[in-house]
Amino acid sequence: MSDKSHDPNQMTGAAMIVRALIDHGVTDIFGYPGGAVLPIYDEIFQQSEVQHILVRHEQGAGHAAEGYARSTGKPGVALVTSGPGATNMVTPLTDALMDSIPLVCISGQVPTHLIGNDAFQECDTVGITRPCTKHNWLVRDVNDLAKVLHEAFYVATSGRPGPVLVDVPKDVQFATGTYHPPRKSDVHRSYAPRVKGDATQIRKAVSLLANAKRPVIYSGGGVINSGSEATHLLRELVEVTGFPITSTLMGLGAYPASGKNWLGMLGMHGTYEANMTMHDCDVMLCVGARFDDRITGRVDAFSPGSKKIHIDIDPSSINKNIRVDVPIIGDCGNVLGDILQVFKAEAKKPDIKSWWQQIAQWRARNSLYYKKSSDVILPQHAIQALFEQTRGKDTYITTEVGQHQMWAAQFYGFEEPHRWMTSGGLGTMGYGLPAAVGVQVAHPDSLVIDIAGDASVQMTMQEMSTAVQYELPIKIFILNNQYMGMVRQWQQLLHGNRLSHSYSEALPDFVKLAEAYGAVGLQVHKPADLDGAIKEMISVKRPVLFDCRVAALENCFPMIPSGKAHNEMLLPEQANDEATAKAFAGGKALV
Amino acid sequence: MNQPASAYFIEDRHDPNETHTLAVLVQNEPGVLARVIGLFSGRGYNIESLTVSETEAQKHLSRITIVTTGTPMVIAQIKNQLDRMIPVYQVVDMTQTKRSIERELAMVKVRGQGEHRVEALRLADAFRARVIDATTESFVFEITGNTDKINQYIDLMRPLGLVEVSRTGVAAIGRGPEGM
Repeated sequence: MSDKSHDPNQMTGAAMIVRALIDHGVTDIFGYPGGAVLPIYDEIFQQSEVQHILVRHEQGAGHAAEGYARSTGKPGVALVTSGPGATNMVTPLTDALMDSIPLVCISGQVPTHLIGNDAFQECDTVGITRPCTKHNWLVRDVNDLAKVLHEAFYVATSGRPGPVLVDVPKDVQFATGTYHPPRKSDVHRSYAPRVKGDATQIRKAVSLLANAKRPVIYSGGGVINSGSEATHLLRELVEVTGFPITSTLMGLGAYPASGKNWLGMLGMHGTYEANMTMHDCDVMLCVGARFDDRITGRVDAFSPGSKKIHIDIDPSSINKNIRVDVPIIGDCGNVLGDILQVFKAEAKKPDIKSWWQQIAQWRARNSLYYKKSSDVILPQHAIQALFEQTRGKDTYITTEVGQHQMWAAQFYGFEEPHRWMTSGGLGTMGYGLPAAVGVQVAHPDSLVIDIAGDASVQMTMQEMSTAVQYELPIKIFILNNQYMGMVRQWQQLLHGNRLSHSYSEALPDFVKLAEAYGAVGLQVHKPADLDGAIKEMISVKRPVLFDCRVAALENCFPMIPSGKAHNEMLLPEQANDEATAKAFAGGKALV
Repeated sequence: MNQPASAYFIEDRHDPNETHTLAVLVQNEPGVLARVIGLFSGRGYNIESLTVSETEAQKHLSRITIVTTGTPMVIAQIKNQLDRMIPVYQVVDMTQTKRSIERELAMVKVRGQGEHRVEALRLADAFRARVIDATTESFVFEITGNTDKINQYIDLMRPLGLVEVSRTGVAAIGRGPEGM
């Protein structure tokens, strides 16, 4: 007995949690205390290795952890209490699942003997979060806790990354048991993601690429998740083959926007040249993307004449939406490395000069055109101005969801991965502000900007208080058009311009709001004042709410009407009433 | 051409539905069945039959046998979705192997008198169903076989006074000496 009491691995469940965080290299966590996690908070209080960031709502903790994870490549960690704490995490967990973000959430639970009794702040957390996590656990015995925590980190970060949740009843936090450091046997033997691509498939892919006349590379968030090696290899592949490259919303930054082979983003609000290249190509190399419906448009008219190669670490992504000819299951970095090796050894750069000429013609359509004004700030212009002012700076961009998000994707040029944090799959309004908090915690000296909309930003506005408390100088750049712009755009295009509840009748005064939080508020109305105001925003070393009043009725183009093919894009100069009506004929049932 | 307004209303192909029997080997731990069932309900897949029981206690392994229907693309998707779950060891499409035996057990209660009773016993004999409970006015039959055989037997019992049926769902195993 006396031996055991001196065993440094004997500790309470709460101490194990903090110890496991340290063992996994976690330095920052985001959370909110409550009855069922008080033992863990007590442990946090008594140490200094893990910094805890107190948010104002659990959803904020989740998105902050996501921003932290996406900007560092490390897992984000959130700590919440039972019941409402856990249910408030459902949105970020689902968001992280859709965008494959490694997130470890630790939730408190009522004591084991009360589970099932409808106890105060009890909910079936593992039941509720089962469909919105990669895996989750309820730990009923303190001696299982170390194993589960280690496995949780492994599952979150390996294979296709994703969110996990560990639910720890309060009595387990108090109980004493044996801790052990991470070891291989902590992980289910049934879990073994495939990393290396099949050699035969890789040869098939190289042969297709080498003989392509009209190739395109379509890359996604998987390249960024795979790590910096995958990004380098992707860039090298583009260099070696000379192929044009486009990317999904999630994949921006893997290939630099200033690169000469860059076509811009593809999909519903992608560029004309990217979508036409996808439609008319003969060989498509999809790397770490999943043929989402915002990308493909009409599935049966998606790139009808092409042979498709699909690299994905998740076998369930293969042939889910689009049938592909050469599936390669494996890690993007690993497979790209193999493809490059075989290509360099056995193939030479295909001659695709005429394909590039065709692409040049599409580019010449200038699909991102908009008409500047000297009276009002166009939102596109605001993003461009922000881009120009921050170019060359150590900048991270997050966004909310809506028109401003698409404009940011179209007009802000990303040169590096991990610099762009946006809610792609789930489309979570309110993601950007807390995500910016998380990014700033990870990169205290960098410039972190949330490109926001006036509607989205109000969904998680309370996290301004977090930013002020921890002196996180995040910049909230609000494109304020007083509408839920994307909702209104669809109502205009599809619902006879009946603007049902898409106008915010009573917006707060964002400048005063900023001041109320102890932050800095700026407002700009005139295009002439924009650059100066942005400069001021950047130079202020405090959190800023930047109220950028933009043209209220501007819409986001180009656009593939949902249910149409890539070659049926609506371009900005065509977006007059008649063409719009025609493009969306009978389209009221749009999603 | 009248195009659907949304990509979600476009069905890319109209492949015919197929019925497949999947054998899923899982770690026997709390919630594992809920995960599997949740996957089916959450993604809108069909479950025609589901059987689950621990098969190797010392290794904590359970075997779930699922009969499902869908287009070949959906069936492939179901297998991949199952396979990527953390506690799932292996998913075998027993239908695709074309070398599997499927059995189901049913208990069938029939109530009747006179000629109906005699006829029920005669049919039971023909189907190799056993009587496992009897009163002067009822029988409970136990019958084993594939799903078609059991359906057929139940149909025959209906006019003879069928009261209720309890079925186990399908269990399947591969032919030959090799394990899964």
